[in-house]
Order: sequence, then structure tokens, then C-alpha cells
Amino acid sequence: MIAGALVFVMMVFLIAYAWPAIRFNGIGILTDPVWNIGNQYGSGVEIHNGIAAQPGAEFGGAVFIFGTLASAALAMVIAVPLSILVAIALVYRVAPALQPLVNALVELMAGVPSVVYGLWGTVILVPWIGQRLGPWVAEHLGGIPGLRGDPGSGNGLLAAGIVLALMAMPFMVATVRDVLLAQDRALFEASMALGSTSWQAVTKVLLPSVRSGVFAAVLVALGRALGETMAVLMVCGSALNQFPQNVFQAVNTIAAVIVSQLDSALTDASGMAQRSLAELAVVLFIITVGVNGIARWILHGMSSPGTVRGA
Amino acid sequence: MNVVARNVAVARLWWSASAAALLLVLAVLAAIFGFVFIKGIPALRDPAIFVTVTSGVAGGLANAIVGTIMLVAGGVLLVTVIGIGTALWVTEFAPAGARRLLRFVIDVLAGVPSIVVGYFLYVALVVGAGWGFSLAAGAIALAIIMLPYVVRAADLALSGVPRGLREAAFALGARPVTVAFSIALPWALPGILTGILVATGIGLGETAPLIYTAGWSNFMPRLAFTHAPVAYLTYVVWSFINMPFERSHALAYAAAALLMIAIFVLNLVSRTAVDYWVRRTRGRR
Repeated sequence: MIAGALVFVMMVFLIAYAWPAIRFNGIGILTDPVWNIGNQYGSGVEIHNGIAAQPGAEFGGAVFIFGTLASAALAMVIAVPLSILVAIALVYRVAPALQPLVNALVELMAGVPSVVYGLWGTVILVPWIGQRLGPWVAEHLGGIPGLRGDPGSGNGLLAAGIVLALMAMPFMVATVRDVLLAQDRALFEASMALGSTSWQAVTKVLLPSVRSGVFAAVLVALGRALGETMAVLMVCGSALNQFPQNVFQAVNTIAAVIVSQLDSALTDASGMAQRSLAELAVVLFIITVGVNGIARWILHGMSSPGTVRGA
Repeated sequence: MNVVARNVAVARLWWSASAAALLLVLAVLAAIFGFVFIKGIPALRDPAIFVTVTSGVAGGLANAIVGTIMLVAGGVLLVTVIGIGTALWVTEFAPAGARRLLRFVIDVLAGVPSIVVGYFLYVALVVGAGWGFSLAAGAIALAIIMLPYVVRAADLALSGVPRGLREAAFALGARPVTVAFSIALPWALPGILTGILVATGIGLGETAPLIYTAGWSNFMPRLAFTHAPVAYLTYVVWSFINMPFERSHALAYAAAALLMIAIFVLNLVSRTAVDYWVRRTRGRR
């Protein structure tokens, strides 16, 4: 039961620790874009709700919450269609003799540590976005909202989204593959017998029949993308106090900001910065547990349980 | 164009797209592997990297290699005891409701971001309990990250123990404890071991929960549980790549290549060796 108590203790402990910050920040933790630990050398205090922090201190999480949601959403936009296509190709087009090999490669991809994805992102992906893709898009597609404006250095929302998509794909491919393989082959043959093309059989009959499994897999992958720290931290540009004006510009996520701002937060004499980071951790906790809860609820109502398990 | 011809054309187009997607993913995978190994292997050729400690942002990786081994070993030790204990209790002794509750909680725990675990332990142990950056805090962090994988694997393996086997043992007058430890556990051991190996691979690659629990140290880790920060390989990958020095970059690539090799070997062992073991022992029975 240690395992059971653990989640509860973690949540209660973090909330208790963050409680002064929760009172100090109020709703601002969700809506205020400014993160400022205050003047550490000035006199006086900033008081909200009877809680004191350094003068000028303001702990808004809006930029980080936006970055967390936007980078994970972008990752899903890239990864979901690709994963489904890959899984379909894997199940229906790869020769049976080759399947174990491709499966092993997919599993290998799932085992790559997040810092290695981050390393690849830092050294290969970010310079490519910053020096090639960004300027090219700015020149040729500059009129489109979301692409307009300064393409930045390459560290930003797009880089974070691509790296997260790569990290999410092995799990989604494996899960979609498993639910497709668990389906009765007769479905495919019945559809073919009615005169459909093989593609129609797969997309109009088989995919709809496993949609809840696919949807649950997407949600589990989304939960992981929301909480991913290192790979995002290395390529997101660690934005503070500003929202990105296009998909290339710097963002920051809750998980990344906890790592990148804790050193700075430790210098806050009032301790409110550390507690506010804990409050952000609680927000992230609630978001990811919520997403996983929905995934579980969907899986629970599934007709063929047991086909989707966490990797 | 008639409907049939159009449908066939559409099907062809989409099948090509799905094949292209598969090739794209394999190409990216190959690119990442190639990149890490091409950059990392040259640095690993020099044996000095395994015996010298990092000095600032240069030197070798000896302290990080030893630190990683100590942290992961500590985490695996903890998670083996707690994970198997939890799974045994739930499958063998607990009332039916407890099992559903535990599975739910384990799913929730698996969904908790690793940085949240790291920050929780930082506040609770590193600062709260006054342990400082330490082996103990880092190993506990890794154990919490690995726990869901081990409990799930053990739960699955123990649930797979044939009912007849248990009933035969009970019929011979065995007590529940004997059945759990002498019948179910040995039968489920290969499955549990696979879970532990998978979890070890996860622990090797973790960074976020260690940054604020294990800290970082330029020295060889001492055999102290608290008040002594420990170096680890993923930290090198993360932070040394942003240094402006050639040597730091080489160390980052070398650390990444080492981690990939270790995880690759672990995967291989968990797939082949465990299978072999199962076939041999089950075959004899």
C-alpha cells in the first residue's frame, strides 16, 4: 500500500507546501503572464491576502500553462496522424517476416532517454529550424497567422512540438498496432467482399472499430507530453513573461520552468518563488492526472479491454 | 473517372502515404542513432574517459558512470522490494476491491510527471529532512518513477499463475504464505524480472527527477547515503552540450552513446535471456 499512499502523500504535501503561494497568487497563477521573484535587495514587502513576498513579486503561470498545452497539442497534431499511418502500414503492409524487426525498432525508439531526444533537438533540429525552415517560411509563407513575424533562433514551440511528437510516437504506434491486430481479420475480409478497397476496409471499418482504444492511447501520450521535462527544456527556448507570436518563437512549459527557474527561485528570501513553483507543479499534477483519468474512463468502457496497456 | 477507379487511386495514394510515414519514422530513428553514435563513439575510444573524473566541464566520465550505476542500483533495489511486495499483497492476500484501487493508483502514479516527483522529494527530503543532494534522495526518486512499471509487470505475471497450480498447493495443505512465496512467486519470476529490467532502462535514462535530488558532483561518489551529491550521465548530456567547449560536447555525446548502448543491451537481455530461461525451466517440468 506504500504505492497507494505515495500519490496521495505527494499531492497533499505539495499543496500544503504551496498553500501560502496559492493564497498569495490567487487566480493569477493561471492568468498572469508575468513571473517576477521581486526585488531581492529593496526594502518593504508585497502583501496579497496577508501573505508577504519581496517587493514587486508576481508569480504568474499563464505563459507556462500556455506553453505546456500548446507544445503538447502541436505534438499530438503531428504524432497522431503519423502514428496511425505508421501502424496501418506496419500491420497491413510490412511482410510478416519483417514485422518482428520493425516492432523491435519501434520499441528501441521508446527506450531512448529523453535527454538524447533533447540532444538531437539541440544540435540538429533547432539549427535547422532557426537557419533554414524559419527564414524560408518567413520569406514565402509570411502572411499566414501563426507563421508571421520573427522566426527566432529555432528554440521554440515548433522544436518542442516536433521532439515531443517523436517521443510520443513509439507508444502510439505500438498501441494502435496492438488494437488493430486484436481485431478479427473477418472484419477486413467482409469489407473487401462487399467491394471496398483495402484502404476503405482499414479506414472505414477497422479504424472505427478500435477508435476508443486509439483515443485512449492518444490521451495517455498527451499526458506524457504534458509532463515531459528534459527534451522540452533543451529546445523550448525557456521563455519568460512573453507569449510566442508564431510557432517558431520561444515558449516554456510548467515542467521545464520548474527546472530552469528553481535555482533563481532559491534566491528569493521570502521563499514565495519556491512555493509558487510547487503550486505550478500541483497545476501540472492536476492536468496530467485529469488527462489520464479520462483515458482510463474511456478504456473502462471499451468493448475489448486488455488490448491497451501502458508500455 | 468512375467511382471504382477513383477509390482505387485514393487507396493507392494513401497506402503510399502510410508507407512513406513508416519510412520517415525509421529514417528519423536511424538519424538519431547515427548521430549519437557517430559523435559519441570516437570519444568513447579513449579509455581515459572511463577512469578520469570530470573536472569542471572537461576530463572524463568516471564519476558520472559510477554515480549512475549507484543511483540506478539503489532505485532498482528499492523498487524490487516495494514493487514485488505490493503486487504479492494485492494478488495473494488483499480483498478484491483493493486490487482495483491499486491498479487505479498505479495508473495515476504512472501519469505523474517525473519533475513533479523530483520537486516533491526536493522539498520533502533534500530540504525538509535536511538530507541535502544525495544518493538516497536520488535513488528514492528513481524508485518512484520505476514503481508503476514493476508493479504492473509483477501484477500481470502473478495473475498469470495457473489456478490449478495454486489449488494443488492448497490441496496439499499449504498455507497462503507458502503458496505466495513458494508457488506463485517462482512461477511469475521471469515476468517480474522482465519488468525490473525494463524499469532499469527507464531509470538509466531519467534526468528530471534527479536534478534536484541527486544534484551533481565533480568527484567520485562516496558511499554515503545523505549529504553527498552524486553525478550521473544524463546530467552530462543535458548540461554539457550547452557549454562552449569542444571537450564538453564530446563528453555529452559520449554519455549519450553510453546510455543508449546500456539501454539497448538491457532490452536485448530482457527479450532473449528471460525467454531462454523460461523455456529451459518450464521445459524441464
